[in-house]
Amino acid sequence: MISIRNVKKRFGTRQVLQGLSLDVHEGEILVILGRSGVGKSVLLRHIIGIEKPDEGTVDVGDIRISSLSQKEIYEAVKNMGMLFQGAALFDSMNIFENTAFYLRQHGNPSKEKPYTEEEIKRKVKAALKMVGLEGEGEKLPADLSGGMRKRAGLARLLVYRPKILLYDEPTTGLDPITAQQINELIVQTQEELQGTSIVVTHDIHSALYIADRLALHEGGKIAYVKKPKEFLEIDDPTITFLKDTLYNHPSARNQL
Amino acid sequence: MVGSLKLFLFRVFVAIGEYVSLISGVCTAGIKKPPSWALFRDQFFHIGVLSTVVVGITGFTTGFVLAAQSIYQLSDKGLAGVTGILVGKAMITELGPILTAFMVTGRVGSAMCAELGTMKVTEQIDALRSMAIDPHSHLVAPRFVAGIFMVPLLTIFSMLMGIWGGYIISVLWFGMSPATYYNPMPIHITGFDLFTGVFKSFVFGIILVTICCYKGMKTSGGAAGVGTSTTQSVVISYVLILLWDFFLTMALNAFHAEFS
Repeated sequence: MISIRNVKKRFGTRQVLQGLSLDVHEGEILVILGRSGVGKSVLLRHIIGIEKPDEGTVDVGDIRISSLSQKEIYEAVKNMGMLFQGAALFDSMNIFENTAFYLRQHGNPSKEKPYTEEEIKRKVKAALKMVGLEGEGEKLPADLSGGMRKRAGLARLLVYRPKILLYDEPTTGLDPITAQQINELIVQTQEELQGTSIVVTHDIHSALYIADRLALHEGGKIAYVKKPKEFLEIDDPTITFLKDTLYNHPSARNQL
Repeated sequence: MVGSLKLFLFRVFVAIGEYVSLISGVCTAGIKKPPSWALFRDQFFHIGVLSTVVVGITGFTTGFVLAAQSIYQLSDKGLAGVTGILVGKAMITELGPILTAFMVTGRVGSAMCAELGTMKVTEQIDALRSMAIDPHSHLVAPRFVAGIFMVPLLTIFSMLMGIWGGYIISVLWFGMSPATYYNPMPIHITGFDLFTGVFKSFVFGIILVTICCYKGMKTSGGAAGVGTSTTQSVVISYVLILLWDFFLTMALNAFHAEFS
């Protein structure tokens, strides 16, 4: 479904991606673990066409995203969505308008006519209900807590039902209960949309809860990609450290 | 020393390249996929309508000062009668365009840069891209168009306010007759003067919106980065406006002398 081959990316003097390769299968939730600053978010930005690799290729389905022009990228990413670390809600719009934004901009792909206001209202309400923000549509992003912002960001994606969903640190900075709500929403969204999801995180608890497969991003490359149980059995100092963190965390023991 | 000069020059050339690339990107995106009328309307309102008060006050008070100064400085030489021409010429050819451009840069350009810069550092611009929306077309093009059209209109408004301000001081305060103030104006203030002022304001409009949008779109480094970008956008705009004012004054007058 998504195939990344030997991608290299440098920012100034810093080589962030150093020949990274990764395959993501259709319909799975792949979680990429790694320390802050190793380039996990940069990888997601390559998949959705915000960044272009210096070398290597990024294929999504049959489309080689890495060789498209900017205009072609916009066409190719219409069935993708990304939840940004800070949710990246548009400050000048309330939650309803944020959620309705894609529908208003791109209209109805299956019909000639744009969506009617009634259709937009119905779809936005359904998306906000799914993330538990029903009745909060009039609030501005600045009035929301971190968890609510993440949920609103997710509603903005759910409303247009993308087939590929990218999550950039979805639980970072949230309390454990809110983080678990977001984890559940990610799994629920996956079931609802039947798409492919890539989640970038450094939260091992969250990763184990949602992942079909786990990948470790280290030194600008993907070091391992395994199913959760096999992943934790790998003899690697980083994974051993993550495992130790887990065993010291009572709520996570049951997941192993 | 030579190394740091080289690095500085390299950065300047990179910045010029990025600036030109932004302008061409915005023009291409804006033509290929024009933004909705609502986006233009909002920008026309924010840049144009909301700036009228501040531009009007600036023009009006400048007219006050010009008239008062010319009467104080010239009346003992028997030249107080030229007050109307002096105020009119100064407002139309120089002060109207310059002060309007400065006020719009301070009021609108800085806000434009801060808004775009904040959107950049909070990944809102990336969010637009991820939703297949070109930020050049959606965010920058309406600001470009509104700025370029509204600055000349605001400048004309400022010129008129300046001339009326000068009238109030000359006639109502110093007791000059309205005819003395107004009558020489149509004879001495020419169409070329008006063209000079409006043409300058058009160029200043281009400078201020492109610089402020460029600095906004290139912002990095969080809240501190937004502050730095905003300051730089205003300072660079002011300096470029003053430099271009000089070049345009020289070029337009040379052109006028050649063909009249």
